[in-house]
Amino acid sequence: MQNFIGVDYFDFDSLLNEEEILVRNSVRDFVSENLIPVIEKHYEEATFPNYLIPKLAELGIFGANLPEKYGCANLNNVAYGLIMQELERGDSGIRSFASVQGALVMYPIFTYGSEEQKDYWLPLLASGKKIGCFGLTEPDFGSNPGGMITRAVKDGNSYVLNGAKMWITNGTVADVAVVWAKLDGVVKGFLVEKGTPGFSAPETKGKFSLRASVTSELIFQDVRIPLENLLPKADGLAGPLGCLNQARYGIAWGVIGSMLACYDSALNYSKTRIQFDKPIASFQIIQDKLAKMLTEIVKAQFMTLQLGRLKDAGKLRHQQVSLAKRNNCREALEIARAARDIHGANGIANEYPVMRHMCNLESVKTYEGTEDIHALIIGADITGIQAFR
Amino acid sequence: MNIVVCVKHVPDTASRIRIGANGTSIDTSDISFVLNPYDEIAVEESLKLKEAQGGNVTVLTLGGENASSSLRTALAMGADEAIHIKAENWQGDSYATAKNIANEIQKLPFDLILFGKQAVDDDNLAVPQMVAEFLGIPSVTVVVSLEINGNTGKAEREIEGGKEVVEFSLPVAIAAQKGLNEPRYPSMKGIMTAKRKTITTIEATQFEAKAKIVKMEIPASRSTGKILGGVSELIGSLKNEAKVI
Repeated sequence: MQNFIGVDYFDFDSLLNEEEILVRNSVRDFVSENLIPVIEKHYEEATFPNYLIPKLAELGIFGANLPEKYGCANLNNVAYGLIMQELERGDSGIRSFASVQGALVMYPIFTYGSEEQKDYWLPLLASGKKIGCFGLTEPDFGSNPGGMITRAVKDGNSYVLNGAKMWITNGTVADVAVVWAKLDGVVKGFLVEKGTPGFSAPETKGKFSLRASVTSELIFQDVRIPLENLLPKADGLAGPLGCLNQARYGIAWGVIGSMLACYDSALNYSKTRIQFDKPIASFQIIQDKLAKMLTEIVKAQFMTLQLGRLKDAGKLRHQQVSLAKRNNCREALEIARAARDIHGANGIANEYPVMRHMCNLESVKTYEGTEDIHALIIGADITGIQAFR
Repeated sequence: MNIVVCVKHVPDTASRIRIGANGTSIDTSDISFVLNPYDEIAVEESLKLKEAQGGNVTVLTLGGENASSSLRTALAMGADEAIHIKAENWQGDSYATAKNIANEIQKLPFDLILFGKQAVDDDNLAVPQMVAEFLGIPSVTVVVSLEINGNTGKAEREIEGGKEVVEFSLPVAIAAQKGLNEPRYPSMKGIMTAKRKTITTIEATQFEAKAKIVKMEIPASRSTGKILGGVSELIGSLKNEAKVI
């Protein structure tokens, strides 16, 4: 297959170091050779390519920015972001899998877990031998997670969990769930293992988006877990929100991958599709669309790189992540729609990746904070007035 | 076992190639360079042998400043150390290249020298054999299967319409063909570990080239195809235009 070159209109690569370029190229080649040839089939059949999990683990994708002592690569956050970009160039569902495993399961165990929890779970999760999921959203509490109903009650030497979580990526296949529940009115994190009596995770069917990713409901009916399964260092809603901040950072990078895939497809298509005896790329209206797509890609690249540099310098504010996540998701979706347009009727078929990316991005724009909620986070930051409390 | 893998930093085959202003080399601005795909196979083979039998893998290249990134890729895949024979804007031919490489390898302990069977940029298919000749060791090219047992080895090589099995004694130079193995991707951990590995740099010697490029040309673009309406039209075309029936 033809190597993917990407977009480097403003000599973006000159701002990356040697490791960052190697990381991107390695994941890029992996995605071109292992994911792109099979993704349309999995999307159509609504299955996750499970056989790629050991290969992704061997490559070192899961928790790539965590320390070496847990079997991770200790990459900087820019290299981590580039991994997300390359995975999402393949498919948002596969990027979601890696985001959940790394940012929403390994990160909270690393940040809020006990030494025992870290030593036990992190190497297993890094090597893909165990899969994790993250349970925060509930059927009636999406943008307002603080209102969650799921409760934990201490009873002797266990906690007893009751409640339900919804829209949980990897839920059905996960060996361990990081579940957020209120204990004496305070949000706390718990590790719930697959097979614990009273815990079930049925798959959510009928999705038009993220079809190559498993989405589930988590149901807890008097689920009894040992006291040591509490994440000791998480206290209040800041716990899960800290995780979401990691995942949102990855999404800001990830959707640039969707932009690259859609733009590449649209550019190639427009140069080979002949109408009125010439390539459609020769029409000004198509060139205008392509120029807009390219412009948004270049803007997103530089903004997100600076976001990563701030994160590596320890200066990142979560409102900045909100701004990037919100902007990049919206623009990625606009690019996907414009690409779909340029492909004409062919744009709806799975011979081209654009409709798949477009459908995926509707989810990506919504999960981990909707476009509107991120606007309100930025609004609260710049005006000092919180609109949603 | 001491293994030396010779690699080349070449334009990505997906790059659009333009001829430079001098007419004898390509314009390298706007082109991304990669580790030559056949050399990736050679690196992979060295790592498999090392993993199975122990040893040390040194990766070596001749090229400009930027060629170090291909060395870094090989180190990230798992090679132990690297040697960069530096030659900015190298004008040498295969002879001068091979002479430099052979001189450098001579200073190292080596049992096996691995190459890709060709570099995908100039397609000369000459350096592995020349290096072997300079070192006075056997060479086996276009290898699709390799076994090393102590001081001897056996290789299967592709020949026109079939395969040839060759036995040899070490040290030997082997040139890898596609199919010998599936090269691994540099892992995230490998990339971070590679940062701590050393690349030794030396300057290339300007041996007099035996061959000189006098002109380079981009192939003429293919004329567009023609869609025919049916079998009778096809037969008509074959008869009257292609004149093959």
